[in-house]
Amino acid sequence: MATATTVEPTRRDFLYIATGAVAAVGAAAAVWPLINSMSPDASTLALASTELDISAIPEGQIVTIKWRGKPVFVRHRTAKEIADSEAVNIATLPDPQADSARVQKPQWLIVVGVCTHLGCIPIGHAGEYDGWFCPCHGSVYDTSGRIRSGPAPRNLEVPAYSFLTDAKVKIG
Amino acid sequence: MHGLSTFEPKNGFVKWLEARLPILSFAHGSFVAFPTPKNLNYWWTFGGILSFMLIAQIVTGVVLTMHYTPESTLAFGSVEKIMRDVNWGWMLRYAHSNGASMFFFAVYIHMFRGIYYGSYKSPREVLWILGVIIFLLMMATGFMGYVLPWGQMSFWGATVITNLFSAIPLVGDDITVWLWGGFSVDNPTLNRFFALHYLLPFMIVAVVALHVWALHVCGQNNPDGVEVQDIHKDCVPFTPHATMKDSVGIAFFLILYCWFIFYIPNYLGDADNYIPANPMKTPAHIVPEWYFLPYYAILRSIPNKLAGVIAMFAAIAILAFLPWLDTSKVRSGKYRPIFRIFFWIFVASGIGLGYLGAMPPEGGYVLAARILGVVYFGFFVVVLPLLGLFEKTTPVPASIADAVLARTGSASSVAASAASAPQTKG
Repeated sequence: MATATTVEPTRRDFLYIATGAVAAVGAAAAVWPLINSMSPDASTLALASTELDISAIPEGQIVTIKWRGKPVFVRHRTAKEIADSEAVNIATLPDPQADSARVQKPQWLIVVGVCTHLGCIPIGHAGEYDGWFCPCHGSVYDTSGRIRSGPAPRNLEVPAYSFLTDAKVKIG
Repeated sequence: MHGLSTFEPKNGFVKWLEARLPILSFAHGSFVAFPTPKNLNYWWTFGGILSFMLIAQIVTGVVLTMHYTPESTLAFGSVEKIMRDVNWGWMLRYAHSNGASMFFFAVYIHMFRGIYYGSYKSPREVLWILGVIIFLLMMATGFMGYVLPWGQMSFWGATVITNLFSAIPLVGDDITVWLWGGFSVDNPTLNRFFALHYLLPFMIVAVVALHVWALHVCGQNNPDGVEVQDIHKDCVPFTPHATMKDSVGIAFFLILYCWFIFYIPNYLGDADNYIPANPMKTPAHIVPEWYFLPYYAILRSIPNKLAGVIAMFAAIAILAFLPWLDTSKVRSGKYRPIFRIFFWIFVASGIGLGYLGAMPPEGGYVLAARILGVVYFGFFVVVLPLLGLFEKTTPVPASIADAVLARTGSASSVAASAASAPQTKG
C-alpha cells in the first residue's frame, strides 16, 4: 500500500503475511479451549449404564426409565402390536426401517423417549397408531417407535442395549 | 443534525474538561440541543420508553442475581425464596418478569411504528438493521431468562428451543450437545444460560448506543416522512420538548407496567412454571412466552423440521431486508393509502399468529397458521416490492413546517414557505 510503485513482492511483504498467519493460528488456538470447555465434561461423559428387571412389566405396558438424563421407553408389546408393526410397507414410511431392525426380541421394544422433532417426551398408547403421540408439535409414532406423521424427521432412537438374562436388560 | 447546539462553557472546570474530553458538549448536542422534528407524535416516545425498560431490567436483574442460585437442584427453590423471604423480593421478581413482557410490548409498537412511517428507508437502513440486532439480542436474553426459574415450562421451553439447532444438517446434533454441555438440558445448560443472561443485556446497551448514534447522524424520521430542511422551521430542541413528551409517555407506560406488577403479576406467565423442572415428564401443552408466539406458530405450521426452523428464523431475518424490499419512494404510510390497508393486514396476521401459537397444534389451527404465515411473508416479498411500482400515493408536503401549518390551519404561510428556496439541512 505504501509503495505502490513496487511490483515485485518484497521480503518484508512475506514477513508481514507470515507473521499475520502465525498470529491468526495463535488466536484460533487460544479460542479453542473456550469453545471446547462448553462441550460435555468428563463427569457427564462417564455414563453409567442402566439395568432394568423386565419380568414385572405386563404385556401391553410401557415403562419409562432414566438413562443419560433422558427417558427410555421399554414397551412390552402385545401380539397385535407386533403384527401391526411388521405388517407396514416400509416404503411408505418417512424414515424407512423394518420393525425387525428395531428390536432384538419382538415383544420388547426399547427406544429413547425423546421426540426427534424438538425433544419433547411423547405420550404412550396415543395417536393414530396407538404407539406414541408428541403433544408439543403433533408427531405420531407407531408401535415400533417409527415416525408416521407430523414434523419429526426420524424414528425414535434405539439405544444400545443387551439382554443379560430373560428378565434383565442393560441399557447403554 | 447538530445544528442548534449553543453549548459554550463559561465555568473554568468545564472549559478544562472540554479541552480534554468534550463529553459535556457532546451530551448537550445529543440530548439538549438536538433538533427534533416538531411533528413527532406519541408513537415516537417508545424509544424513550424502551431505554427506560432496558435500565429497569438491568437494575432489577442485578439485584435479583444477588439472591438467585444458578444450580439445577437449587434454582427453583431460590426463586421461591426470593418470592417469600427476600425483602421486596416478590416485587423485584414481578417487576423483572413483567418487565420483559413490557419491553417486548414496547419494542413491537416501536417496530410497527417504524414500518408504518417508513423509518427504515434511506438513509436510515443501518439504524433499522441495528434495531433488528437489538431485537434478536432481546429474544435471546428473554428466552434464557425464562429458563432460570427452572420450572417445567423453563425446562421444556429450553429443550424445544435448543433442539431447533438439531435441525441443522450434519452437525446439528453435535451443536445441540455442545449448547447443552451434556446429552439433555441439565445443570451445565442452566449455568451457561445464567452467564449469558447476565452478559447479553450489556451487549444490548452497546448496540443501543450504536442505534442512537446512527439516529443522531441521520436525524429522526417523522410522521410525514419528509426530511428536515430547515432546522429552525422544522425542528424544536430535544430538551425540553422531546424530553418532556418522552416523560409523559414513560409515565403512562409505567401505569400499565405497575398494573401488571401489582394486580395481575402472573397473568402473562404460565402456571406450569410453578412446577419444578422434571426431565421425565413433558407438560401436556408447551407454550413459549407470549412475545415468541407468532414465530412459534410459524415453526409449528410447517410439517418439516428443517423447513419449520428456517421459516421461523426467516420471519425475523426478513425484517433486516425491509429497506430494500420496500420500493416506494414515499416514506410515510400517511401518504400511502394502499400500503395502509396492507399494513393493518400485516399487523392482524402477526396478532393472529400469536393467538395460534398459543393453541394446540391440531387441525384448523395449523391450517390457519399456514394461511397467516403466507400473509406475513407475502407482505414483505410480494406487497412491499410491488406497491412501490403500482401504488398511487397522495401528495407529500414540501416540508415538516408545511405539514404542521397545514394541520393547524395557517394555510397562508404554507404557500410562503413552500415558495422559498430549500435550505441546507443541519
